[in-house]
Amino acid sequence: MAESPASTAGGAVPEEETRRDFLYLATGAVGTVGVLAAAWPLVHQMNPSADVLALSTTEVDLSGIEEGQSITVVWRGKPVFVRHRTAAEISAAEGAAMADLKDPQPDSERAQRPQWLILVGVCTHFGCIPLGQQGDYDGWFCPCHGSHYDTSGRIRKGPAPTNLVVPRYEFRDDTTILIG
Amino acid sequence: MSKPSVGMKMVQWFDHRLPILTFTNHALVEYPTPRNLNYWWNFGSLAGIILVLQIITGVVLAMHYTPHVDYAFNSVEHIMRDVNYGWLMRYLHANGSSAFFVVVYIHILRGLYYGSYKNPREVLWWLGIILLFLMMATAFMGYVLPWGQMSFWAATVITNLFTAFPFVGESIVNWLWGGFGVGNPTLNRFFSLHYLLPFVIVAMVFLHLWALHVFKSNNPLGIDVKGPQDEVPFHPYYTVKDLFGLGVFMVIFLAFVFYAPNFLGHPDNYIPANPMLTPAHIVPEWYFLPYYAILRAVPDLWFIDAKLAGVIAMFASILVLFIVPWLDTSKVRSATFRPIYKQIYWVLVLDVFVLGYAGSQPAEGTWLIIGRIATAYYFFHMLILLPFIGKIERPKPLPASISEPVLKGGGAAAAQPAQGRS
Amino acid sequence: MRNLGKYAALGVALGALWTAPALAAGGTAPVEAQQWSFHGVFGSFDRAEVQRGLQVYLAVCATCHSLDLVAYRNLAEIGYNEDQIKDIAAEYEVTDGPDDDGEMFQRPAKPSDYFAPPYANLKAAAAMNGGKAPPDLSLITKARAGGADYIYALLTGYTDDTGEHEIPEGLSYNPYFPGGAIGMPPPLYGDDVAYADGTAATIEQEARDVSAFLTWAAEPELEARKQLGLKVILFMLVLTVLLYATKRKVWRNLH
Repeated sequence: MAESPASTAGGAVPEEETRRDFLYLATGAVGTVGVLAAAWPLVHQMNPSADVLALSTTEVDLSGIEEGQSITVVWRGKPVFVRHRTAAEISAAEGAAMADLKDPQPDSERAQRPQWLILVGVCTHFGCIPLGQQGDYDGWFCPCHGSHYDTSGRIRKGPAPTNLVVPRYEFRDDTTILIG
Repeated sequence: MSKPSVGMKMVQWFDHRLPILTFTNHALVEYPTPRNLNYWWNFGSLAGIILVLQIITGVVLAMHYTPHVDYAFNSVEHIMRDVNYGWLMRYLHANGSSAFFVVVYIHILRGLYYGSYKNPREVLWWLGIILLFLMMATAFMGYVLPWGQMSFWAATVITNLFTAFPFVGESIVNWLWGGFGVGNPTLNRFFSLHYLLPFVIVAMVFLHLWALHVFKSNNPLGIDVKGPQDEVPFHPYYTVKDLFGLGVFMVIFLAFVFYAPNFLGHPDNYIPANPMLTPAHIVPEWYFLPYYAILRAVPDLWFIDAKLAGVIAMFASILVLFIVPWLDTSKVRSATFRPIYKQIYWVLVLDVFVLGYAGSQPAEGTWLIIGRIATAYYFFHMLILLPFIGKIERPKPLPASISEPVLKGGGAAAAQPAQGRS
Repeated sequence: MRNLGKYAALGVALGALWTAPALAAGGTAPVEAQQWSFHGVFGSFDRAEVQRGLQVYLAVCATCHSLDLVAYRNLAEIGYNEDQIKDIAAEYEVTDGPDDDGEMFQRPAKPSDYFAPPYANLKAAAAMNGGKAPPDLSLITKARAGGADYIYALLTGYTDDTGEHEIPEGLSYNPYFPGGAIGMPPPLYGDDVAYADGTAATIEQEARDVSAFLTWAAEPELEARKQLGLKVILFMLVLTVLLYATKRKVWRNLH
C-alpha cells in the first residue's frame, strides 16, 4: 500500500503522517532496547576495575607514631596524613569558634579520637599537597596559593573553599585503623 | 504539504551548507538498487558493521592494554578478570576478527561467482583486494599483542620471511623488528600500527563505496539494470533485509562469543611468550591457513630458494586476483548462466578448503603433497581455467531484463545471449 | 549433479572443522570426555567441588606451581566470606618492599595479594625442578588442548607400563603427555588432603576437584558469561524473528 519513497528534488522528505504499523513499532522498540543494553558494557568498562576496587581500603598501624608525629600513607593514589596530635593542638582545635571558620565544623566531627587526626592531604583549592605544621594556625600550609589550615585541618585563611577532607575510617583496635 | 517547521528549517539551513543529509538520503535512502539481490549481497554491509564493532571493542581494549613485553600478557588477563565486562570486550574482539574474515571471504566468493569484478567494476574489485591486504596486516599485528607463544612465534616466522629478499632482506627485517629478533620494539610498533590501520581501512571503505555507487550493485543475473522497473530504493527494502541478515549473523556470532569463545583460537596462546622455547607446531589463525599452505608448499625452484619462492607464491595468490577481470574472458557475468564455470567454481572453493586444512598440518608427508597439488590447482584455475573456460563455454541465454523473469516467470522467450557488457 | 561440487566442498569443510580439534591435541593417548558441572549452555561451578579443588591445589600443587593471576580476594566468587579469605591469605607470605632501609621483606598475604608463588622467580623454579620451571596454573585448562578433561586424564593417567617408550632418568611416564615423558612425578597418591567436607580423597576425586578448581581459576567469568549469553541469544532470536517479519512485510509491497 505504501508507495516506495519517491525521489524528490533537493532530497527533502515530505512530511506525511504514516500509520505506524504495530510490527514496525515492536521491532523498533526491541531493537532500541538491544542497542541500549549493548551500550552499557561499553560504558561500564571504564568504571574502576576489580583490582582497583580491592585496593580501595588501607590499613594503618598507629603504634609507631609518637605524639607530635605524622606519617603519610597512600590511599586510592592520594596522600593521607595520619597525625598523633599534642594536647596543645587538640585544645586549639576544640577551642576554635565556629564564627571564625570559613567551613564551620567542630573538631569532634573530624576526629573520632582527639589524639588521632586523619586527613586526605590534598588542598581543596586546586589539589596541591599542603605542608605539615606550618602556616599561621600551626596546622597545614599550602604553598601553591597560600591556604592556611588549623590543627583540625580546617581552612582558616586563603583561597581554599572547604576543610581538608576526612576520609572514612574506623578503629580496628587501639593501634590499627582501616581507611576507606 | 504543510509549511516546513522550525526544526525542518534549521535542518535545511545546515544541510545547505554541509549536505550531510542530502548525501545520506542519496546514498542510503533513495539509492536505486537492483530488486533481485539475494542474501549473498548482505555480506558487504555485514563486513562494514563488523569493522565498526572491531573498532569500538578495540578502542575499549586499548584503554586497558599495555604494549610492553613484560606487561602485555598480564594486561590482557587483567582485562579478562578485573575490568568490568572486560572478558566480553576481549572475546567480542578476538572472535570479531574471525567473523570479519568469514564475512569478507564469502563477500569475495560472491563476487567471483556472479562476476562482480567485471567491467565496469574492476576498480571496485581492486579496492576490495586492497582492503583484504589491510585486514590481513591488521589481524596479523593484532594477534601479536597478547604476547602468547603463538603471538611471538607467528610474528617470528612471518617477519623472518622478509629475509628471503636477496641483499636487502636482513636490513629490512631488522628495521621491521627494531632489533635483532621480535621483541619489545616490535610489540610496541605493532600496537601503534594495529590501532592505525583500521582507520585506513575505514578510508578505503569510503573509496570502495564511492566506486560502488558509480555503477551501483551487480545482481544475481549479472545483467545491467535497464530502467527504474528493475530497481528499488535502498531504504526500506535493503535496510530491513540487511538488518535481518545482521540478526541472523549475530545469533551465530554471539553463540561463539558466549559459548565457544576459544574454539577458533589456539591453546598455546594462553602460554606467555617464551623466546627460548618454540612450540611443537606453529600455526596461524584459521583465516591465514590457506596462505600458510601455499607458503610452505613451494620447494626450491631453479635459482630461487624455497623460502623466497614460497613468499612470492603466497603474495601472488592474492595479487593474481587483481587481474581476474582480464583473466576471465567470459562475456557473461553471472555463473548462473555459465554451466562449466559454475562447476569449476565449486572445485575452487573445495581447493581453498583443502589448502586451509593443509595449512593446519605440519608441512611434511601426505599433507605436504596435497598442499602442493592444491597450490598448483589454485594457480591453474586462475591462470589457465579462467581464460580457457570463458573462451570455450556456451553460456545459457540471458533474460532480457531483471524485472522480466519476475513478470514472465522464466527467462527464455525474448532473451539474447551475452547481454552482460564486458 | 549440478550441486555436486558445492556439496563436496561443504562436506570437506565440515569434516575438517570436526576433526581439527582432535587432531590438534598433541598427546599420544586420546583424552576421554568427562562430565563437568560447568559444561554446556547452563554450566556453572559446583562450589563444593571447587573448594575441595582449592584444598588440593594449596596442599599439593602449590609446592611447585604458582597461580600468579588469581588473588585471594577472588575466592569470594567460589563461596568464601571475607574472614575466611583473610585467614587463608594470612597463612602465606609474600614479598613486599623495599622498606625504608631499602630492603625487601616478607609479610603475611592480604586478600588483595595474588597467590603466593612457591619460588622467588622463574630461574629458581627451574633450578629446583631439573632445569624446567613447573608452569603457572592460572590458565592451564585454556592452555592445553582438552582443557579440564586433559588435566584430569593426566593426573589420573600415570602408569608404570611404559609401552615402547624410553623414559629418561628423572622423568615419569604419562601416556597423555605429548611424547610420554613428563617432568612432574605423580603428584597424587590418594588421601593427600583431608577434605573439610569429609569426602573421600581418592586420586580420581582429588583430580576431578582440582581440575574443576583450575577451570575456575582460568575462567572465573564462566558463569556470568553463560548466563548473559543465554539472555543475549534469546533476545537476538526474538529480534531476528521480528526483523524477518518486518522484512517480509516491507517486500510484500513490491509485487
